[in-house]
Amino acid sequence: MTDRQKNHMSEPSYQWIMPAVDQEFTPEEWNNFIQLVNADAKLRKEWEQFQKLKEVTRTMKFKSPPKEVWDTYWMNTYNKIERRIGWIIFSIGAIILITYGLFKAVESIIADPQLQGIVKIGIFAVLLGLVILVVSVIREKIFIGRSDPYKKIQR
Amino acid sequence: MKIPEENDDRALIRRCQQGETASFGRLVEKYMKRAYFTALGLVGNQEAALDLSQEAFVRAYRSIGKFAADRNFFTWYYQILRNLCFNYWRDHKRHACPFSEIGDIDLETIVDTGQSSEKLAEQNEMRQAVWQAMNELKPHEREIIILKDFQELSYQQIAETLNCPIGTVMSRLFTARQALKQKLERFFND
Repeated sequence: MTDRQKNHMSEPSYQWIMPAVDQEFTPEEWNNFIQLVNADAKLRKEWEQFQKLKEVTRTMKFKSPPKEVWDTYWMNTYNKIERRIGWIIFSIGAIILITYGLFKAVESIIADPQLQGIVKIGIFAVLLGLVILVVSVIREKIFIGRSDPYKKIQR
Repeated sequence: MKIPEENDDRALIRRCQQGETASFGRLVEKYMKRAYFTALGLVGNQEAALDLSQEAFVRAYRSIGKFAADRNFFTWYYQILRNLCFNYWRDHKRHACPFSEIGDIDLETIVDTGQSSEKLAEQNEMRQAVWQAMNELKPHEREIIILKDFQELSYQQIAETLNCPIGTVMSRLFTARQALKQKLERFFND
């Protein structure tokens, strides 16, 4: 038995059938495997079943899409990259404008002598709440998402 | 003179990191088929496979500045692609197409082995059943079967792609095929 086989074939490890099925054995490993199979009927049966499965899966291939898909693949990817950049610039601009607009709105509300104090407090509370919500969501997306040790686990 | 593949990729990535988008285009054209067919295996839907493989390239482009030049590009890209595909699979499992829609029988292999028509019919039925059973496997089980049997990667290539030892590839493959075999029990009870 080769070192590779000794390392991987702990009893009763049937995973060693895999390289036999996939023809990933060296001639020496193959001879050792045949000896094992001849001595163990259960192992032989498992091997034959995996062989049968492999015979089917190795003939399963996916249809290739029409040539146009490949011809336009990079162009479509490039368009997506460009649009993504466009959206990022647009979003930055929108955030600046909205923030400025809100600032001006709050400024004019505070300065308006005709508006009652309670209405001013109400508007201020709505805006403050909105800012807290937005900041909270952004922080969760950016910081917690990156450092979440369980992000690869399906919930 | 032909430039070795790895060096070729590194040169393209370096140029891309310097802002040359056309170099990224060459990388995309080099790996697009492998990316598409891997995604197709993982999500079982052509439109989604096309979209997800392109989306993974978009994300790779966005992060190309952080890419360490000594790494293999496709291995790095594959991590992005598999995460996208696994998320898609979690949400759209039922959108997987039947194999008759997306599959193509490898006629060469069948002719080479000179099988009888009866055996061909049995294998055809089994092909449909295998695909259906694969859709019931866990994503990482589907993945290893796709990489080995559909993408025809060697154990070494799979180990590099999944960043794990060859022994792990063998044990994962065994577990995945065992699960698949159990779902196809009726074909093995003879």
